[in-house]
Amino acid sequence: MTDTSARAPRWAIWLPLALFLGFVALVLIGLYRPADRNVASALVGKAMPEFDLPAALPGRPGLDSKVLANGKPHLVNVFASWCVPCRVEAPQLGELAKAGVPIEGISVRDTTENLHAFLEENGDPFQRIGADDDGKVQLALGSSGVPETYVVNGRGKIVYQHIGEIRPEHLGLLLEKLKEAGQ
Amino acid sequence: MKRLLVLAALLLTAPALAQEEQSTAPYAYRQLDDPAQETKAQDLMESLRCLQCQGQSIADSDAPIAGSMRSLVRERIASGEEPEAIRAWLIERYGDYVSYAPQLTTLTWPLFAVPAVLVLIAFLLLRRRFTRTPTENGQ
Amino acid sequence: MIAELGLAALWLAAALAALQLLAGALGLTARGATLGEAVRPVAIAQGLLALLAFACLIYVFSVTDLSVKLVALNSHSMKPLVFKIAGAWGNHEGSMLLWVTVMGMAGAFVALVERRLPERTMLATLAGQAFVSLGFYAFLLLASNPFERLSPVPAEGNGLNPLLQDLGLAFHPPTLYLGYVGLSIAFSFAIGALITREVGPTFAKAMRPWVLGAWIFLTVGIAAGSYWAYYELGWGGWWFWDPVENASLMPWLAATALLHSCSVLASRDALRSWTVMLGVVAFSMSMIGTFLVRSGILTSVHAFAVDPQRGTFILGLLAIYIGGALTLFGLRASTVAEGERFALVSREGALVVNNVMLSAILGIVLFGTLYPLVAEAMGAKVSVGPPYFNPMSALFALPMLVVLAVGPLLRWRRDKFARVGRNLVIPAMLVVAAGIALVLIGGVSLLPFLGLALAVGLGWASVLPLKGRNLRRTPLPIWGMVVAHFGIAVALFGMSSESAFSIEKLVAVKIGEVTQVGPWGIKLDTVEPVAGPNWTALEARLLVRYGTDGRVTRMLPQSRSFWAPVQQTSESALLTRWNGQLYAVLGGEAPSVDGKDEVNGSGNRWQLRLWWKPFVPLIWVGALLVALGGALALLGHVLNDWRRRVVRGKIAYRRERQGR
Repeated sequence: MTDTSARAPRWAIWLPLALFLGFVALVLIGLYRPADRNVASALVGKAMPEFDLPAALPGRPGLDSKVLANGKPHLVNVFASWCVPCRVEAPQLGELAKAGVPIEGISVRDTTENLHAFLEENGDPFQRIGADDDGKVQLALGSSGVPETYVVNGRGKIVYQHIGEIRPEHLGLLLEKLKEAGQ
Repeated sequence: MKRLLVLAALLLTAPALAQEEQSTAPYAYRQLDDPAQETKAQDLMESLRCLQCQGQSIADSDAPIAGSMRSLVRERIASGEEPEAIRAWLIERYGDYVSYAPQLTTLTWPLFAVPAVLVLIAFLLLRRRFTRTPTENGQ
Repeated sequence: MIAELGLAALWLAAALAALQLLAGALGLTARGATLGEAVRPVAIAQGLLALLAFACLIYVFSVTDLSVKLVALNSHSMKPLVFKIAGAWGNHEGSMLLWVTVMGMAGAFVALVERRLPERTMLATLAGQAFVSLGFYAFLLLASNPFERLSPVPAEGNGLNPLLQDLGLAFHPPTLYLGYVGLSIAFSFAIGALITREVGPTFAKAMRPWVLGAWIFLTVGIAAGSYWAYYELGWGGWWFWDPVENASLMPWLAATALLHSCSVLASRDALRSWTVMLGVVAFSMSMIGTFLVRSGILTSVHAFAVDPQRGTFILGLLAIYIGGALTLFGLRASTVAEGERFALVSREGALVVNNVMLSAILGIVLFGTLYPLVAEAMGAKVSVGPPYFNPMSALFALPMLVVLAVGPLLRWRRDKFARVGRNLVIPAMLVVAAGIALVLIGGVSLLPFLGLALAVGLGWASVLPLKGRNLRRTPLPIWGMVVAHFGIAVALFGMSSESAFSIEKLVAVKIGEVTQVGPWGIKLDTVEPVAGPNWTALEARLLVRYGTDGRVTRMLPQSRSFWAPVQQTSESALLTRWNGQLYAVLGGEAPSVDGKDEVNGSGNRWQLRLWWKPFVPLIWVGALLVALGGALALLGHVLNDWRRRVVRGKIAYRRERQGR
């Protein structure tokens, strides 16, 4: 070696190991606290966006966002006849309706016949059903799939979003959120 | 006869289609007539994330929600809205996740600082490696 | 029976790897020196056993032995043979077996032919290779046994994801893995050199062909993967900065940097610890990549069926190998001097710039890929995609490409710009001319603009090193360099052109209707059902014509429906011309355009997605040229080495005779 040849500074020699340890720590967090793959709406805690959907079924009113601010808490259920988990959650919605919860439906990309058959088969808990044929209202709500259920308080504010089907074990939580929303 | 065959083939595909209805939104599979607007829309669509699929942009996806989002983007562009305003509208609803273009925020600043940090490290490491005046020693 | 044979071979190979590690380590001590002689044969036997296990897996897949769980889960008797075979590595366990097979064979190959390294470094290298293999054998045998039996035996298998039922699967993973895992040799060499502290030109010259070999396969593998995704996913995209794509790019960036730093170390005895560092980093990137892909920690289109348990296992392996290697580096690097200093304007100066830039791009890709995890840890969700990666990597890639035009013309040690300046007048003028032309065309955004202009100049500059040389006497490595650099220019041109000039058209047309896409007139002639071995499809016949050209060509895009598993795919049709590619996809039957024109289905409309992508094939042609350049350089180095050995042999022979 000639004396012009230098050595890398000490910090630089250990830098790669430090970076690698940072990487390990990061992915350990990722592995043991697996990410929630659901994309939650960023509108929770904010006002329901305004919309006015036409009726999805003849003889049943469509859904205007104004009715959601009528002083009473509501459930808004985003669903579709082609969605399998929607069938799974139907009994739970039925129970909620029986308990007196006003449930409003937004049916996404559906047809009248299919929707009719779906409600016939799985029960019909809805007061109003708005037809969101091109999925715009779904987007306005920040909903990324079906089914999703929003708890809206009497002033039209979204207070809670449930992603995926409502299973029996979720009923308690939803009722509680509705109760909170009513206060 | 030919028609029947086509129908038969379509029936075969029916179960798959029934699960995932194609988006019927008007501009999901239709371009804007004005090429300049369509380019604008396309650029935006390529940088928005499809929320149902695993890591695809809405420009590259057959998922129905991607179709709805494409239609939304095109319709708003057609009505004269700026792409960044549409992006902001979607971020307001879905959070930063929906956009592949990270915005400079308190959360994402390291992404933009990292090139500068890399240059700094390279500079610190190489500072003494280069001789300013060519030396005659060595060999 | 065959499955058990495979499993036994695998256990035996693992045992031999342990023996290889032990013998290699003891061989380094004074007392165990005789054990060292066993290392080479054991390494060879271990590689062959791994190969045997892999052959067994291919056999059970090719006969669809459904009593093997992996086959039942991932294959189907009604699949064409080539996809049955390729299906063997189209899943987690099989691809992991491919991984250890390549690793074992690489070690065996080194043991068989590598004679330049000092024997002690060689022992340490083979021990290192065995050490790394051992972990992956353990992972395979304990957590992902590919030969597990299933009882009762199902009547039929689940089938393979239709998107994978393509020749791309037969070709892309094996080449990619040869590159990915081939880099393990560089890793072991680096460890060996760190242990014995013998880092110098000899080491660099010995390591270079191995890195080159792996790098060639990696280049081809990435290009093949990109082309496969391009035509199979049906949306015309060829690179999306998806985590899995990034996982294959990162080792390539590191290996490219390593190749160039190797040549500095070989020629000038400088960048010693840096080169060793890159050797460690390159394969570490392969391992990190495989972890990211298999742990399911990041979302991706190309993801394997994922399992956090396995993720933890691989992370443990990463911690041992990468952590261990970096610790060894930290302990030893301070005793390895960096070597010579150098002038900024010199060949090595340019190569250092190349290394810095490639490493910076690597850093950006890695950081950007991992950042969603960082955000997640802080309780937020972000996406990092092309709008981030494109400009950020260009920030470093473009200056690097400018240096690439100049660097090969510079002399080692010291040079002056004035000397090479004259040569660069033409490329510079080309860049300016291309820039002006693009301004006149208009509407080209900044990055493609810079890319196109630079590509033209670079294309010219890259062949300048041949100027004034006798072409037949020019050493092969020089040819290799020129071809590879020219390939970079070609690929850059293709990428920029695709981005700047692509024309997309979505139409819903009736049978007989003609539509125009760029210079092409496209007529939907018929849509008819066709049947394949395990699918049915609707096939559109498009009659296409370029400009006023009289010739009509057929294109046959399909919309396929597979039944095992039930899934629809779009088979795009591609028509390649010298100046670009026409890309056609058949969508479904169109929903009526204005909602009410379907009376009695009087005219079915079919959705077509059409793209005209000028010069897009140059992306992959360029990548293949890069690989070809690598192959020429490799051939040159190997021939050189062989000649030297022959000469040395002759001298030794003469000496012996004279001495007698």
